Amino acid sequence: MSEQITFTIDGIEIKGKAGQTIIEAADEAGIYIPRLCYHPELAPHGSCRVCTVLVNGKPQSACTQPIAEGITVENNTKELDEHRRNLIDMLFIEGNHFCMFCEKSGNCELQAVAYRLGILAPKYPYFFPKKDVDSTHPDIFLDLNRCILCGRCVSASRDIDGKGVFEFVGRSIEKKIAVNAEASLKDTNLKQADKAADVCPVGTINKKRTAFAIPIGKRLYDSKPIGSDIESRRK
Amino acid sequence: MSNSKRIIIEPVTRVEGHGKVSILLDENNKVTQARFHVVEFRGFERFIQGRPYWEIPVLVQRLCGICPVSHHLAAAKAMDKIVGVDKLTPTAEKLRRLMHYGQMFQSHALHFFHLCSPDLLFGFDADPKIRNVIGVAIKYPELAVQGVMMRKYGQEIIKATAGKKIHGTGAIPGGINKNLSIAERDVFLKDIKQMLDWARGALNIAKDYTVKNLDMLKPFASFDSNHLSLVRSDGAMDLYHGNLRAITADGKKIFDQVDYSNYSDYIAEEVKSWSYMKFPFIKSLGPQNGWYRVGPLAGINTCDFIDTPEAEKARKDFMALTSNKPNNITMAYHWARMIELLHSAEKINELLHDKDLQGTDLVVKGKRRNEGVGLIEAPRGTLFHHYKINDNDQIISANLIVSTTNNNEPFNRAVQKVAADYIDGVPKITEGLLNRIEVAIRAYDPCLSCATHALGKMPLIVTLYDYQGNEIDSKTKQ
Ligand code: SF4
Ligand code: FES
Ligand code: NI
Repeated sequence: MSEQITFTIDGIEIKGKAGQTIIEAADEAGIYIPRLCYHPELAPHGSCRVCTVLVNGKPQSACTQPIAEGITVENNTKELDEHRRNLIDMLFIEGNHFCMFCEKSGNCELQAVAYRLGILAPKYPYFFPKKDVDSTHPDIFLDLNRCILCGRCVSASRDIDGKGVFEFVGRSIEKKIAVNAEASLKDTNLKQADKAADVCPVGTINKKRTAFAIPIGKRLYDSKPIGSDIESRRK
Repeated sequence: MSNSKRIIIEPVTRVEGHGKVSILLDENNKVTQARFHVVEFRGFERFIQGRPYWEIPVLVQRLCGICPVSHHLAAAKAMDKIVGVDKLTPTAEKLRRLMHYGQMFQSHALHFFHLCSPDLLFGFDADPKIRNVIGVAIKYPELAVQGVMMRKYGQEIIKATAGKKIHGTGAIPGGINKNLSIAERDVFLKDIKQMLDWARGALNIAKDYTVKNLDMLKPFASFDSNHLSLVRSDGAMDLYHGNLRAITADGKKIFDQVDYSNYSDYIAEEVKSWSYMKFPFIKSLGPQNGWYRVGPLAGINTCDFIDTPEAEKARKDFMALTSNKPNNITMAYHWARMIELLHSAEKINELLHDKDLQGTDLVVKGKRRNEGVGLIEAPRGTLFHHYKINDNDQIISANLIVSTTNNNEPFNRAVQKVAADYIDGVPKITEGLLNRIEVAIRAYDPCLSCATHALGKMPLIVTLYDYQGNEIDSKTKQ
């Protein structure tokens, strides 16, 4: 039996277990904290900052911050949502996200969080950066135009698949995902069944020949906003 | 243009998009040539290079805000070839057909009721303040309502088959991603009688108008031309699929039952310095004589029969007007279009009663190929999509001949005919000329939006040039 820890999120009393992060405890309690890079099966990367909450008044990433007895967490506030919208706006303009013909549309976490937070049009001018695509792999299509550098593929390949197919290279604006091979994705041992091929929140790592197979209306976020699954756990 | 004067006509208001017309005169102020220009959005073929083939049927819809469904289906047909599929499951083919007939129905209804009925109901010289859809709504309120309801019906069919009214995803390489549920079907069944009825009514208006005004319409913007369309292997009209047939102005076959994958053996495109739009022509006849018309008029002229009873009866009436020879009257496009409208409604009715629409076998797989051609009879005529891909599934080249480009030379001929008949030595753009140029262009229902690969709408500018190339008059039509 792990030790129980009691704290509040937006005034609601939560009972978590020692060692949990705020996001884990919140998920279990059925409270949705917006997030992008976090994936429950992977070590937190803590890079996108969309999960920022106020812990006793101080901004912290909910996906990395452990819970503690008696803390007050603020999540659902105008200011935090505004901050999240700004972060997401930046992600949209730093990449080339064309939702209208992206095969991930309707199943994309970036798009879904943007909708949930009420983003309709970007506030800033687009950069239209030049990004690579790698279509050499027989079963996987890699489109860096849509990468948000969440790091999920890196951890999944390293920690779950035990392969290390993906890695980060470069710094700041030059930073990007690279494949761990001399030339291209076909030279790696990545397989379609790998976890790394499954965790990308956006349309960067795509399984070939599966595009648009799910009709509009039946896609993951068509009828319910992202986070509804978590919120349905709330008692 | 050293030896000619030029007249330019600005935006054709109820043509969707924006065009520019130049009229060139000689020393005696006789019309020597008319040119219909469009502004191009370049780079689409380049933009899709490197993209994976399965993205194209969705992506290519960005070409045009007006006829995305036609591009979606033509591209999907090309991608069927790429994935090695020559025959879809019955459910997939019928769902795609339903989507296509829905698109034909809504596009033809919109064009007839909202864009061209004012010309027909009020006459070419009526005050532009009345000669518009508002004028129709006031004088013939029931027609305006029908137009809206028919359009909506077609759009709902598109939504039920493609997922969205515009920029849906229904057709995928080798098939379709959904069937039509009983509940969805029943919504359409409930109203199909009404739609058929209104389609008959629209057909009658177009027919009566043409017959009654025949003496005036016969010469108006008219000229002889070749005609081209897809026909089924038995010679029936088939708006979704078939082989290429081309006939001369008096009905002789130039070629017939050509597998459209080999279109480039039969059709070439000429580039002219003054236009971004290319000029397609039938190779065996050469660029001078090989240009042709596409669209409803061409479709009725080329086919041997229509496989739905009411449209077939209407086709016979139509052909009787020209003693069963091809009809070359530009203004007969409207009547022909309404035959297609009724045919589409009959087809929708047929399909809605077909259990295959509820089938669950949606996609076929085949052996990958590196090249695919897809053609369809879009609302504005034959639409060509042609792609080549590399071994990594990426587009390396694309060639699109959109319906409006196929009708490029006919536009120029139509305008030239009108200008020549109307200007007759007085080098001025009169209100009457402007109206007539607009009416002539509108008969073809050009989609300037996609002919130019432009995104969104553009506004007609007509300019008149003298024999030395000096602009002597210019008018804009809003
Ligand atoms: S490829 Fe996908 S999973 Fe990997 S870093 Fe980019 S967005 Fe994240
Ligand atoms: S989800 Fe916590 S920093 Fe990205
Ligand atoms: Ni178009």
